[in-house]
Amino acid sequence: MQVTENKAFKPLIVAFCCNWCSYAGADLAGTSRLTYPADVKIIRVPCSCRVNPLFILRAFQRGADGVIICGCHPGDCHYTTGNYYARRRMTTLFSMLDYLGIERARTRVEWVSAAEGVKFASVMNDFVKTVTELGENVKLGDLRCKESL
Amino acid sequence: MQRIGVFVCWCGSNIAATVDVQAVAEAMKREPGVVYAANYQYMCSEGGQKLISDAIHEYNLTGVVICSCSPRMHEATFRKTAQRAGLNPYMVEIANIREHCSWIHKDKAEATEKAIILARTAVAKVQLNAPLTPGESPVTKRALVIGGGIAGIQTALDIADAGFEVDIVEKTPTIGGRMAQLDKTFPTLDCAACILTPKMVDAAQNEKIDLLTYSEVESVSGFVGNFTVKIRKKARYVDSTKCTGCGACTEKCPSRKGLNEFNMGLNTRGAIYIPFAQAIPNVATIDPTQCLKLKSGKCGLCEKICSAKAIDYTQKDEIIERQYGAIVAATGFKPIDASKYDEYGYSDNPDVVTSLEFERLMNAAGPNKGVLLRPSDKQHPHDIVFIQCVGSRCDDHRGKSYCSKICCMYTAKHAMLVREKYPDTNVHVFYIDVRTPGKNFDEFYRRAVEQYGVEYIKGMVGKVWKNGDKLMVQGSDLLNGEQLLLETDMVVLATAIEPDPSARSVATMLTASMDTNDFFTEAHAKLRPVESPTAGVFLSGTCQGPKDVPETVAQASAAASKVIGLLSKDKMITNPCVAQSNELLCNGCSTCERVCPYGAITYVDKEVRGPEVRGVKRVAQVNPAVCQGCGACTVSCPSGAMDLKGFTNREIMAEVDAICK
Repeated sequence: MQVTENKAFKPLIVAFCCNWCSYAGADLAGTSRLTYPADVKIIRVPCSCRVNPLFILRAFQRGADGVIICGCHPGDCHYTTGNYYARRRMTTLFSMLDYLGIERARTRVEWVSAAEGVKFASVMNDFVKTVTELGENVKLGDLRCKESL
Repeated sequence: MQRIGVFVCWCGSNIAATVDVQAVAEAMKREPGVVYAANYQYMCSEGGQKLISDAIHEYNLTGVVICSCSPRMHEATFRKTAQRAGLNPYMVEIANIREHCSWIHKDKAEATEKAIILARTAVAKVQLNAPLTPGESPVTKRALVIGGGIAGIQTALDIADAGFEVDIVEKTPTIGGRMAQLDKTFPTLDCAACILTPKMVDAAQNEKIDLLTYSEVESVSGFVGNFTVKIRKKARYVDSTKCTGCGACTEKCPSRKGLNEFNMGLNTRGAIYIPFAQAIPNVATIDPTQCLKLKSGKCGLCEKICSAKAIDYTQKDEIIERQYGAIVAATGFKPIDASKYDEYGYSDNPDVVTSLEFERLMNAAGPNKGVLLRPSDKQHPHDIVFIQCVGSRCDDHRGKSYCSKICCMYTAKHAMLVREKYPDTNVHVFYIDVRTPGKNFDEFYRRAVEQYGVEYIKGMVGKVWKNGDKLMVQGSDLLNGEQLLLETDMVVLATAIEPDPSARSVATMLTASMDTNDFFTEAHAKLRPVESPTAGVFLSGTCQGPKDVPETVAQASAAASKVIGLLSKDKMITNPCVAQSNELLCNGCSTCERVCPYGAITYVDKEVRGPEVRGVKRVAQVNPAVCQGCGACTVSCPSGAMDLKGFTNREIMAEVDAICK
């Protein structure tokens, strides 16, 4: 574990990974035994363009502290253009979230290819560190969801 | 409510050492809908699969969650298991607790907790899964091979041999590729042309093979079984059906400044040229950047002397479109630019050459007709220094981190050939390691040392500079712990190899992935080495990684067998995870149609009956045979009518909820 500060707080990170590049990159990080914090939970989607902004809002509502979307590098999308759509959508969404008070650093889009296990692990380590420093996400958390805990 | 079974795999100790598999199974028993949970040493083994199918029967399961390795590894295996037990294969979900959990976390409590969350997430998804049925699409029984080197030729010959039509697209005027430039091949010292040119002729004469030389792939659309490819046939300015390859024009052409690519620029050629004597097709080509007639309108000599009337200055590039069932990338390699290594003086000294240039200097069809002469003064060299690993196993920005694999052997070959032909010439080889794994390879290297007296020096060269008509080589001898200063006549650099620059654009068109060195990635490094992760795209030769000729040929045949397996099918099973529009919600806005990269969405006026809608309205329709399931449309849909089967909005939301519980 590379995160040393603020030991009491363990962030909850949702990572959306496209099936063709980033999910495979995460697999490669695993096969190469590259560690990153267990706070990261991965959801597999066919393409980064499958990630609906509503999924991200939902995650923040339900108590996620950070959300990261990983796709193929620009130009390498398995579906040719999906990651460009994702990039545009997320740029819009993130600026809106920023406006709502969800810090810009809690959201991120990263390009990780199937060959970049090292990059996947370092991106996750860095993201967890950033979110841990920011602390708990209280802004968009749905109070009704909290009560049910 | 689904009846779900959860199966937690130990994967020997791969998972069980870090994750408490028993605890995961127990925790899953408390999840809603889970009626059975078990753990087993190897779920993918016969015993494990039997455990799953028995439980499906016994507990009447409607959904299955396997907590195991990556779905990229065994999803297909477990789907088949479920299918055999009578369950729809798409009712199976994998929780990846190996690559994404046990292998990356050290703390058992933490890893177990994460594994439980991942399993819970998969259970939540299966709750909402619906049975899916794959469709079928026809297979175009024709293959395309991109690249006409030994890899592409071998792949095409094997595919044609099985009775399928195959086209080779080659960007240069002739097939043959790098191998045609080689003099001899290790470890048997066959002359490269003697073993390659018969294959080139076979390819040309095979009625199933269509050679599209001096052509490039322009665009690729479609998917496995049904690719549509546009190919640009570049203008040769010579009618290839009329040209007899007599070569009269190539001798008379007055514009003689073009560097001869085939001889690595060691001599020049005319603007109209045939790359080499055994070129296939044996047809002249005009270089438009060099031809006086095409540049200024003055000359036209070749047209006057051509007795076959084949010259046509008005020829234009032609774009043809063809359908293919499978595509093979065989784009090959090139040596790296040695001028990046200034310390070896490559740019300033003509007598410092790369190995491929040396290959041409030794070749009987090369610039010196096979007599080894120094490029600077055409004198016979009495001393030659070879430097290995120029750019290979090199971590700085100039070189490549990988081993180029072939250099140790070709350097041994060069050294041996020099000593055999010119016993009066001394040969020194600077090396880091000598790597000779391969049949009869080490014996070959030892012969160079023991029988031919080649002096191998362990150590690298720091600098090469010119001193009069000699070259000075400063290097270290690590075994004797001393600095060496050698005076020599020629220096040969064993330059690293890298993918051909065209590979990048080919990969982008094929949506095939590449590694950080621009080599094509295989679907699985060990188990699927000749397939790209993109279905219907196969890899042949050095485009996948450095290889020597025997390995290239082996891989080319392997790729061909995969293509033949694909083309032998009459129908392809298509992915059922495609988009679907809810006609009741669709308002016919056309947003989804605009974002679809495949043109799979069309609009129809349709009578729709529902709670609040009745009558004819314009609705989106997805063609399931064309849709590839990326999901771009689902997110763009403003009314939420478009959804992706297998990755529905509700399913992904449920996954988000399960993680954030």
